[in-house]
Amino acid sequence: MSHFSPALRAKAEATVALYPKKRSALIPLCHLAQGQDGYLTEAAMVEIGELCEVTAAEVRGTATFYDMLHTDPVGKYVVGICTNIACMLAGGDDLLEHAEQRLGCAVGGTTTDGLFTLEETECLADCDIAPCVQVNHRFVRTTTPEALDALLDELAAGGRVDEIPSHGTLIRVERTVGLQVPKDVIAEERAAAGAAQAARMEGSK
Amino acid sequence: MSTTIVTARRAFDDSFTIERALATGAYEGLKKALSMTPEAVCAEVDAASLLGRGGAGFPAGRKWSMLRKNPTTYLVINGDESEPATFKDHYLIERDPHQLVEGVIIAAYALQVTQAFIFIRGEFALGLERVTQAINEAYAHGALGRNIFGSGFSLDLVVHPGAGAYICGEETALLESLEGKRGFPRIKPPFFPAAIGLYGEPTVVNNVETVSNLPWIVSNGGAAFAALGEGRSTGTRLFALSGDVERPGVFEVEMVKSTFRDLIERPELGGGVRGGKAVKAIIPGGVSAPWFFPEDLDTPLGQDEVAAKNSMLGSGSIVVMDETRCMVRAAWRITKFFSRESCGQCTPCREGSGWLERVLYRLEHGGGRMEDVDLLLDLCDNIAPGLTWPPQQTTICVLGPSIPSSIHSAISRFREEFIAHVHDGGCRHGR
Repeated sequence: MSHFSPALRAKAEATVALYPKKRSALIPLCHLAQGQDGYLTEAAMVEIGELCEVTAAEVRGTATFYDMLHTDPVGKYVVGICTNIACMLAGGDDLLEHAEQRLGCAVGGTTTDGLFTLEETECLADCDIAPCVQVNHRFVRTTTPEALDALLDELAAGGRVDEIPSHGTLIRVERTVGLQVPKDVIAEERAAAGAAQAARMEGSK
Repeated sequence: MSTTIVTARRAFDDSFTIERALATGAYEGLKKALSMTPEAVCAEVDAASLLGRGGAGFPAGRKWSMLRKNPTTYLVINGDESEPATFKDHYLIERDPHQLVEGVIIAAYALQVTQAFIFIRGEFALGLERVTQAINEAYAHGALGRNIFGSGFSLDLVVHPGAGAYICGEETALLESLEGKRGFPRIKPPFFPAAIGLYGEPTVVNNVETVSNLPWIVSNGGAAFAALGEGRSTGTRLFALSGDVERPGVFEVEMVKSTFRDLIERPELGGGVRGGKAVKAIIPGGVSAPWFFPEDLDTPLGQDEVAAKNSMLGSGSIVVMDETRCMVRAAWRITKFFSRESCGQCTPCREGSGWLERVLYRLEHGGGRMEDVDLLLDLCDNIAPGLTWPPQQTTICVLGPSIPSSIHSAISRFREEFIAHVHDGGCRHGR
């Protein structure tokens, strides 16, 4: 039985079909699974392994390399605060400390109600609006403790759901087209291109 | 009015929509390219002397020519932008996805590739959505898929999300990640994926900003691009300015014609150091670059001009640190970043970055020892022997040898600050 919902399973199969080799879909499928469950469950890793034709251990071994993939539960909202150089100069450490006090959990921890996980991030590439804060990988641009508090209150009250979906949901725009240039056609065209190039080389001699 | 190439749609809030893109000339460069031979498109890029905008600054035309000898199999666009304080590709991905997609199609046509990937770091959720949308629209518009604009050329384009790892900006690590594996850089040689790339096949990897220049280059001609800038640094470039300036942001500037001082001080650019303070140090091209000091500010914004001063223009990101800033803390934070992001394959980088971070931590937070300053340099020398620029390499990729840049810069110039930290039992400034 599939751990993925029927809709997710269909989306996962369509994603696998976009790549010349199935394993390339491993990370996109991890994102899709996190979209359903919030993190990577054991069952999801087994199913991703089946879809990508690798073992569940290889899925786990790959996933644990990456900061955005979680093999343990995280909060509904993962709050990332950057303290790298540009954000450090703008008070990123102070903002992170404020967030720890406000949420009552240390970096890496989750609030007891399961709502928020706090992370200290490396550079998120939004350095002109520093310190940079992301919630579920959306740039929220709350650079002061007051603005951050207001956002956390709003999220706790169930606000801004359109803008910031639950943790794991990454790309809400669905790809509407499958591959249009099938692999056998690629091979044919490549052979033709090769022949044309050979003819040109011959001609230029 | 200075020439804008990649930020030409900046004035429009809806610059990312296909309606705005088409109303402002999107896909016209592609149509022109498709009316030319692939060789002629390559010749225009050669004539433009377009240097890669990812960090290494390798000529795009030369990278392509390595592939023209044998048919390229894949084109991969590097949008993993993670070098600290670099945020120009973020701008291009979110604000002008159609320009990016058009550039990819032009590059694919020049290289006669039929499948291309855009690898975008996972933290750009909005960017991933906008590029996915742009790709959907490009297919519907006839700019992707079978027989593009009736030319007979066909291409599939797939956007691929990363999952949070700085190292995947290194092109061979990026390809490993795209193959569904841990982002471990591959052993060199081969030095270029042109020989062995994605799935072991010949592959070209180009940066987002590099290909975003292509629609303009094809439309206006390589010579017009080469007429901008000076020497080897042609065209314009995006500079990401952050830190202690009044107006941090992404600015498109003609290469070589402006200096670091212009970028920091001109009212329409950085607007000066915040609060009217003086510059203490700047990072000229990403945290992998050795630092510049006040006497270097009149260096032109050009690749060779910065290299001549033993640093690099790198990813085009400039961090300004004012006279009040603690250099020990800056070096510590940058080293902490490298320590967290080392992939762990090579001992000098994996162990060295952690040891350096811990020694810098104790200097900054109390517990530093007088011998720590030279210990730091000794550790750096183990990662990049001789502490030269460019650095000697002891590791598979350049992450390791980049670690000493900030530490060596800070100690060379501000050794007394490090010693004061030992005497004071930590940083007297706090944060």
